[in-house]
Amino acid sequence: MMTGDRFLLRDEGRGRGLARLLKRLTPEHPIRIVHVCGTHEITISEHGLRHLLPEGVTVLEGPGCPVCVTSTVDLDRAVALAERGVVVCTFGDMMRVPGTRKTLDDVRTEGASVHTVLSAADAVARARRTPDRDVVFFAVGFETTSPGTAAVLLDDPPENFSVLCAHKLIPPAVGALMDMPGTKLDGLLAPGHVSTVIGARAYAQLAEGHRLPVVIGGFEPLDVLYALVVLLKQLREGRAEVENAYPRAVSWGGSPRAQELIRCAFVPCDARWRGIGTIPVSGLAVRDERAHLDAAHRYDLPEREGQEVVPGCRCADVLVARAVPSDCPLFGAACTPLTPVGPCMVGAEGACSVWHRHGGRAGL
Amino acid sequence: MKVLAVDGTVATLEAGGVRASARLDALGETVAAGDYLLVHAGFAIRRLDPEDAQETLKLLDEMLAADDDR
Ligand code: SF4
Repeated sequence: MMTGDRFLLRDEGRGRGLARLLKRLTPEHPIRIVHVCGTHEITISEHGLRHLLPEGVTVLEGPGCPVCVTSTVDLDRAVALAERGVVVCTFGDMMRVPGTRKTLDDVRTEGASVHTVLSAADAVARARRTPDRDVVFFAVGFETTSPGTAAVLLDDPPENFSVLCAHKLIPPAVGALMDMPGTKLDGLLAPGHVSTVIGARAYAQLAEGHRLPVVIGGFEPLDVLYALVVLLKQLREGRAEVENAYPRAVSWGGSPRAQELIRCAFVPCDARWRGIGTIPVSGLAVRDERAHLDAAHRYDLPEREGQEVVPGCRCADVLVARAVPSDCPLFGAACTPLTPVGPCMVGAEGACSVWHRHGGRAGL
Repeated sequence: MKVLAVDGTVATLEAGGVRASARLDALGETVAAGDYLLVHAGFAIRRLDPEDAQETLKLLDEMLAADDDR
């Protein structure tokens, strides 16, 4: 057996079995399930899992693409820093996301120093290599990514390094979706690897407070189908609990070490989400003790409201699970991965980008 | 990804013929060559046990068997 195969859960026999179970759980009323993870969308679209859903069940991607939900206020700040001659490092997906005036890619073409990195540690390495330049790591991502940023903040980085922090938290975002008028959601397929860090217990309040059934799912096709069976069972039985269908990577308490890093480096803060607006206590800010490593503190940065929604783009609805990509008239026409109009077509985890790569039909 | 070597807080990893490295300081566990790690943006966030994948399959099979009995 090849080493990697041991983690592939995708045999057809079991898949058919689970599909049969799903059909038997056909609900009496239409059910809308949201997931908040680009990787879930990729598994679902790539393996055509929506075809296996029973009649009346819809699964939508909500605010699960970290690049897509990054507010233009933060993006415009990164652009401003680069234009001022600061070296800006960020994840590759961020480069082409439209800001109010420009993308980071635009300013790079104009000669600014903007670099893609695979990790926060790479940005620190660059800062060490170029001690005469200011280097800023533009940090985006959910609870899977913030422990890495925290680790470098706590690891005595060089003086010329700082972080422009736009890290966000998943549970408060789902809570905000639940409170939104016009966004009816019946269940959450919770993201496996975010849950590895925060633990299953992080959803307890959502399940109780919002009476929302929550099932944590992994990323193999069988993981997703299994989690959906568990979720539909909860719904059928009228329960609203947190269940863990990905125990091989997720525990009730999560990762103590990663949580400690996050706690030591950051404080929770209100955060702006693109297309959604400000959600209370849904982001992370660098702690005051480390303000010297906080680019927002070190540089005088504009906090102007930017253009969050590109005219004609329906990302704002896609990100709150009110629309699917093919509902957008620009999808696949004016807007493609080569000519993206909105952020959901840029981020590799954005719903529009995933749908386009896999054929771009409703029911993918 | 499979751990090939560990050097302090950095591991060299391999998956499908591709090599990469990951920092171990967000993990809070000791890691040795031969272990499998879940890595996000260059930082390991969990050690994985191949046995646990078998556990998941067992869980699935029990669920499917229970359904067949009905
Ligand atoms: S298809 Fe393009 S324009 Fe339409 S919602 Fe998606 S990203 Fe926006």
